[in-house]
Amino acid sequence: MDFGLTDAQQQIRDEVLRLCARFDDTYWLERDNTATFPHAFFDAMAAGSWLGIAMPEEYGGAGLGITEAAIMAQAVAESGAAMSGASAIHINIFGLNPVVVYGTEAQKRRMLPPLIEGTDKSCFGVTEPNAGLNTTEITTRADLHGDHYLINGTKIWTSTAQVANKILLLTRTTPLDKVKRKSQGMTLFYTDLDKTHAEVRLIHKMGRHAVDSNMVFFENMRVPVEDRIGEEGEGFRALLHGLNPERVLIAAEAVGIGRAALAKAARYAKERVVFGRPIGQNQGIQHPLAKNWAELEAANLLMLKAAWLYDTGRECGAEANAAKYLAGEAGYHAAERAVLTHGGMGYAQEYHVERLFRESMLPRLAPISSELILSYLAERVLDLPKSY
Amino acid sequence: MKIIVPVKRVVDYNVKVRVKSDGSGIETAGVKMSMNPFDEIAVEEAVRLKEKGVATEIIAVSMGVAQCAETIRTALAMGADRGILVESDADLQPLAVAKLLKAIVDQEQPQLVILGKQAIDDDMSATGQMLAALLGWAQGTFASKINIEGDTATVTREVDGGLETVDLKLPAIVTTDLRLNEPRYASLPNIMKARKKPIANMKPADLGVDVTPRLTVIKVSEPPKRKAGQKVGSVAELVSKLRTEAKVI
Repeated sequence: MDFGLTDAQQQIRDEVLRLCARFDDTYWLERDNTATFPHAFFDAMAAGSWLGIAMPEEYGGAGLGITEAAIMAQAVAESGAAMSGASAIHINIFGLNPVVVYGTEAQKRRMLPPLIEGTDKSCFGVTEPNAGLNTTEITTRADLHGDHYLINGTKIWTSTAQVANKILLLTRTTPLDKVKRKSQGMTLFYTDLDKTHAEVRLIHKMGRHAVDSNMVFFENMRVPVEDRIGEEGEGFRALLHGLNPERVLIAAEAVGIGRAALAKAARYAKERVVFGRPIGQNQGIQHPLAKNWAELEAANLLMLKAAWLYDTGRECGAEANAAKYLAGEAGYHAAERAVLTHGGMGYAQEYHVERLFRESMLPRLAPISSELILSYLAERVLDLPKSY
Repeated sequence: MKIIVPVKRVVDYNVKVRVKSDGSGIETAGVKMSMNPFDEIAVEEAVRLKEKGVATEIIAVSMGVAQCAETIRTALAMGADRGILVESDADLQPLAVAKLLKAIVDQEQPQLVILGKQAIDDDMSATGQMLAALLGWAQGTFASKINIEGDTATVTREVDGGLETVDLKLPAIVTTDLRLNEPRYASLPNIMKARKKPIANMKPADLGVDVTPRLTVIKVSEPPKRKAGQKVGSVAELVSKLRTEAKVI
């Protein structure tokens, strides 16, 4: 058993941190305050070919595993970019895995290189106002008309749709009441997000303002048959492939946010002098921060284990979910404690911990809530009866 | 044209160094190490010369513990073609390093050696000059600009009070100043490619060099703490304090 990063993994972490150092706290605060997409950061990551880290080499990727992708995503978040940085590149890293697994050779040649090079930006259209974790209840329809489908329906929480030109879209081609199993009858597309037939409406939210979240209303959006990924009706299976890696990446990012917040808290605790001594000399300040460190490192270990299981072709559902849960909580607690450690100053934007705190809420909620992870673990690992 | 770029593994410039409690040196256990920033500038310049078609091969050389191989990998990821690691656990001082480099230069016959003007750990600023002396080559130290035309390297040097431009007949030694260039970030594909580039491993004895230290470190200590300033009430008080306490006027 070896718990260390390999030299190559360490180099990936170092180089990403070095690149991210160009985009400091002020850069991210400004993106957040002005709600503008971090194009310069995105372009720098694309120029270094980082976006294709986990994509196959024959299409311009580096062919590395989820472990390396997680190390990269974590370095991005840890640099202070938090979810604003991580979410900006998230879908490029692994979002198109269904295309890699189920796409035809022609589709892969057409779809993967522009996403890896960063010339295409994609978003993810899965969740609907009335279908969250109960994905099978989606109602967005795709109706076949000869050589194309027409899409009608509504998606929600579609991140980056304001800047994206592509969408990975899950639809129903057979209504729920006409299929034998609920997971059947759904079809996946990777296609142009045609904004003349898709209205993208911004959702105002708590944090990560740099990366937009939206509702998308489709009205007769035309999608050529060539943009269908896999067989008609098999879309859900194609999508499932990417769920565990996504949990791993989010876990890695949550730990990154926590580390960024903790570093700021520790520095402030050492510098801030009250009653003639640094506040960090008080155990009331020290112990919570030490606890945050322990929680973050524990979550990180499970995240790396889940990544290792996935990369070595083993089942990783329990570990990936548990890592996402632990990391989400640990990141949030560290960010909260960082604000508290700063006292009143923690509430001021210029100390940057309030921004991290707002963003640390995200990995607790997305892509699955802590509560549903616990239900999953109770059911699948502990073999308890299904509660919902 | 072949270029050799020596790269040194030093405590990362972001790390706040700590003196060992016995005063024998600084704490390096568990401390993040990186390539000396001036050496990064040297690698960058060599890679640019290769991209311009002036250089054909870049060899990154590092000396010291086995982990120096990672410093070489960083240079390879930036664009160097191959590496040479001279492995030694000894305290390698500038003269020993210069002698080892001379032995490698004798083997490899480069037209140019580009070094950092100094390493940020001991700030000796000696190796480049010593190597030039040992080889009997021309040297252009503290370079902020390098231009190569035929067998002449025109080097702009940052000297006290301005810039000095010198023509060096190749082969030559150049040491880099901060303003020479801004080193690139290694891209992921180049990091991956670098892992397949060869690094030759040798020992000082293979090069016939005696690396026994000639200098002894007597004591390493923290710089004195700065005393708090004083507020003065008037110009007269300031002048009086400058005269009686600071004794500067």
